Amino acid sequence: MPAPSHGESAPPVLAARELRKRYGDQWVVDGVSFAIARGECFGLLGPNGAGKTTTLRLCLGLVEPDGGTIALAGRPVPRDARRARATVGVVPQFDNLDPDFTVEENLMVYGRYFGLPEAAIRARIPSLLEFAGLAGRRGARIQTLSGGMKRRLTLARSLVNDPELVFMDEPTTGLDPQARHLIWDRLRQLVAQGKTILLTTHFMEEAERLCNRIMIMDRGRIIAEGAPRMLIEREVERHVIEVRGDGAAGWAATRAPALASRVERSGDTVFLYAADPAPAVAALESEPGLTYMHRPANLEDVFLKLTGRELRD
Amino acid sequence: MNGRTLAIPQLSLRFVPVWRRNQLVWRKLAIPSMLGNLADPMIYMLGLGYGLGALVPSVQGVPYIVFLAAGTICFSTMNSATFETLYSSFSRMHVQRTWDGIMNAPVTLDDVVLAELVWAATKACLSGLAILVVAWALGLTHSPMALWILAVLPLVGLAFGAIGLCITAVSPSYDFFMYYFTLFITPMAMLSGVFYPVDQLPGAFQALAHALPLTHAIALARPLFLGTAPEAIAPHVAVLAGYAAVAFYVAVVLFRRRLLK
Repeated sequence: MPAPSHGESAPPVLAARELRKRYGDQWVVDGVSFAIARGECFGLLGPNGAGKTTTLRLCLGLVEPDGGTIALAGRPVPRDARRARATVGVVPQFDNLDPDFTVEENLMVYGRYFGLPEAAIRARIPSLLEFAGLAGRRGARIQTLSGGMKRRLTLARSLVNDPELVFMDEPTTGLDPQARHLIWDRLRQLVAQGKTILLTTHFMEEAERLCNRIMIMDRGRIIAEGAPRMLIEREVERHVIEVRGDGAAGWAATRAPALASRVERSGDTVFLYAADPAPAVAALESEPGLTYMHRPANLEDVFLKLTGRELRD
Repeated sequence: MNGRTLAIPQLSLRFVPVWRRNQLVWRKLAIPSMLGNLADPMIYMLGLGYGLGALVPSVQGVPYIVFLAAGTICFSTMNSATFETLYSSFSRMHVQRTWDGIMNAPVTLDDVVLAELVWAATKACLSGLAILVVAWALGLTHSPMALWILAVLPLVGLAFGAIGLCITAVSPSYDFFMYYFTLFITPMAMLSGVFYPVDQLPGAFQALAHALPLTHAIALARPLFLGTAPEAIAPHVAVLAGYAAVAFYVAVVLFRRRLLK
């Protein structure tokens, strides 16, 4: 495998080349190539149905590709996927903790799937629970845990084999802000410990905060790749002005085009994208019927520009 | 279906931790689970055995309840394997997504299916054993030959566990299992000699009965329970083992088609 483009000389932890997968006559993954270096937090973004989860399942060797090659932890996948998975942790999109077991039993039973000796798992459990903020919950039943606690236990479970690479499929979906911030904090700790993370998410803020590199997929293809800041600079204007109010639509059609390099409407909001926000801000100050908010461009603006605003279900 | 879907199952001892997972869940619920497994067949055996048995002078030279006991042991073993591979396996595969979690670890689907089968057979053996113990306690058998039934039970558990897994692999929901009971399990109980000898059936039904695995299980277990060696051991064993092996292969293929796509 060639070294990834950002110039690490060590072999990538995960490399996919020209990956393809077809269901019926629809290509859900259509020529996807990427490489993740050790210690990276790599974000895989895309609207629903973009092919993110299928890409993860392909990389874990759970799905047979229709084309392309995968190397996970230096092993060819799917041929040697079982052994490759020994060095990988997975936080799935849907919790699949064992509801009949306690917190501790969940970790013990899962560790045994890796062929780890029970003494070794037992020795590891306190630090895993500490990491997940579940130290006092060792004997608790799964039904008594909150959604955030379950997610943290799933995260702890994915670390039971001390993996090099952790796959996280939408780890914070459905969590409240407090729980989400705690998960983010733990992910940063993992990266600081030298773990590699492959994260899929819908939350652009999450990707922007955590990932040093992201890849945006749509309809099975990669449509952008790079560091979040770099993508924002490259793909969208530096400033965004969101305009609301009764006359916003009319104003957008008549005045706005001269004030910004791009104007978009979504629902009752008009988005102005501009390298220089001053003319638009000055014009809006003299429109009493309109309210506006001026903010720096973010990854969500990139995402919406590249994947469009129409709903994906 | 491609070659990988149809490939011979690759089995390994990595199924053991999965078997132990199921066993740990069972241990937590063992008492109600055993009672539930025992109550139903016991009611049939005692109710029919003593109630109907009072009207029937003897069947094949023994009191009706003695005749019925061996059938009940096999029937109970079959039911236990069937319920485990239908409802419990479906719940682990589909509802709880337990299998998804396991397959993210270095365990293959083939080993997960093997674990489900061996676990169902284990539980089935316990059910059959429980009936045998009760029959022994009631004095329905005294022969040491009856202990050989313990060698028959794993075959019965594996055969019906494997068939049950095929059904689970194609089932969209729990409701689907009713067809299997109505169309296969219940008619088989009537045809296979649980309640009366197979030779009571009209000729065409007798031929059908000999194609069913439960008939062969009972053909082995009943003479053993009565203290004699079965007339032909190998053909019966071969039919049960054949059902287990073929159904297991079919189940693995069907699960691959369902889950590894």
